[in-house]
Amino acid sequence: MVEQSLYPNYPQDLEMVITASQVDFFYGATQALFDISLLIPAKHVTALIGPSGCGKSTFLRCLNRMNDTIPHSRVEGEISINQKDIYTPDTDVVELRKEVGMVFQKSNPFPKSIFDNVAYGPRIHGEKDPRRLAEIVEQSLQQAAIWDEVKDRLHANAMGLSGGQQQRLCIARALAVGPKILLMDEPASALDPKSTMRIEDLIGELRTNYTIVIVTHNMQQAARVSDYTAFFYEGRLIECDATPKIFTNPRQKQTEDYITGRFG
Amino acid sequence: MKTKTNNTADTLILLALRLITYAIVLVIGYILFDIVKNGASALNWQFVSSFPRRSGAAGGIFPAIVGTLYLVVGTIAVSLPLGIGGAIYLAEYADQGRFNTTIRLAIVTLAGVPSIVFGLFGLGIFVLFCGFGPSILAGSLTLACMVLPTIIVASEESLRAVPKGFRDASLALGATKWEMIRTNILPYSLSGMITGSILGIGRAAGETAPILLTVAAFFLPRLPKSIFDQVMALPYHLYILATQHPEADRIRPMQYGTALILLLLVLGLSLGAILIRTHFRKKFRW
Repeated sequence: MVEQSLYPNYPQDLEMVITASQVDFFYGATQALFDISLLIPAKHVTALIGPSGCGKSTFLRCLNRMNDTIPHSRVEGEISINQKDIYTPDTDVVELRKEVGMVFQKSNPFPKSIFDNVAYGPRIHGEKDPRRLAEIVEQSLQQAAIWDEVKDRLHANAMGLSGGQQQRLCIARALAVGPKILLMDEPASALDPKSTMRIEDLIGELRTNYTIVIVTHNMQQAARVSDYTAFFYEGRLIECDATPKIFTNPRQKQTEDYITGRFG
Repeated sequence: MKTKTNNTADTLILLALRLITYAIVLVIGYILFDIVKNGASALNWQFVSSFPRRSGAAGGIFPAIVGTLYLVVGTIAVSLPLGIGGAIYLAEYADQGRFNTTIRLAIVTLAGVPSIVFGLFGLGIFVLFCGFGPSILAGSLTLACMVLPTIIVASEESLRAVPKGFRDASLALGATKWEMIRTNILPYSLSGMITGSILGIGRAAGETAPILLTVAAFFLPRLPKSIFDQVMALPYHLYILATQHPEADRIRPMQYGTALILLLLVLGLSLGAILIRTHFRKKFRW
């Protein structure tokens, strides 16, 4: 299943859930991604690292087709999730995004109650039963490790939460739709160290049930939370390997230079 | 020494700008003062609740008030859905292609068309071509065309003010574009849309030229029975009393009273708009 020549340090029986092959991405005439081929294993955490503008966020947003909203953008190559090409004309983007949740860099709760934030996804997908909604909301908030802090004020406005709480609420909101994959775009970059730690702990808990792809600026964070790490530089994938290997003994000189802080 | 000169220039410019601002306030203040001073004496219950007599030289202005209110309601009913719909298309769906640039140019041009041209357009299209005759329907449609640019521009701005984060989050949760707009854009932008629109409609409520040829009756001491009836309207009534009436010089209180009522009506609309905005601002904050 795993091509040993490309991924010598991946366990051979690792199940790959996302397959990108020869992906190019264009913003108008500007090419942002060049020939990206990358496998992402199920129920593990994969970190995408690299300096600003290296294309890691662009690649992440290709995985749930959030780049579709950018005018004059274009994807070439193939991205498959569970062996299904997600860029065919008959792909149902709504179904794709139910399967592949996303958490953004800047926490973006809706100016509604905490309950309505989490119930938003299930509601637009047709869940009307109030008891079922309450169950989903509680379950999701518990999974996102914020239930105890908000259970007494579910109907208070989500804008009143702290930055770290808002971000965990956004994670709960994403989980409420029932995704298998969670994309995180620098989820802790705007948070204080303590809130960052809570998010990292949460990622550690979620990895048992979810495939997580996290973009991060922070190399220590990548080292702490991820099982596999892909290093992007100037729109190209330089190296992808087991995280300890990347941080101790990378194969490429550029990777080594980046992780030792020589640039970036 | 150099800094000293600059300071003097600064002070002078500040003074000049202040005076200009005061001059504007003075003009508005004088108009208000003049109307209130001369109109207040004419104002009483009988004036606003009874029908005019002797071509408006005596009696009240009740049918004109009712007529203007009908026109405002008709204008809102026609222009709000059209304007907001157009704004949603422009802000959320339209790309920056040549066709849409043309639409935007058309809207800007529409805003600059003189009101008498709208009146003639309404006469040609709604009164004659559509066969509505001079009527509330034709007048409302004409006024609606006139306020559309204001409503579209205000609504579009209000839509664009909704943070991108809400849009991204909605879409990422699997909302379709329309679900996103309906659940996470419109609720937050509606107050801005309505406020901007009401201000535009308030402006239209005081217009004379567009209703002159499409709805307004010179003297009609009864209330309309359907939207195909003519009505009297405050701005046109005022115009008649002030310039066309044989006894124009002897009915000053009637003129000022009508002007005052018109002014109060428009200010009332603006006040309503402000209240709506404050209410929604409290409800959705981010």
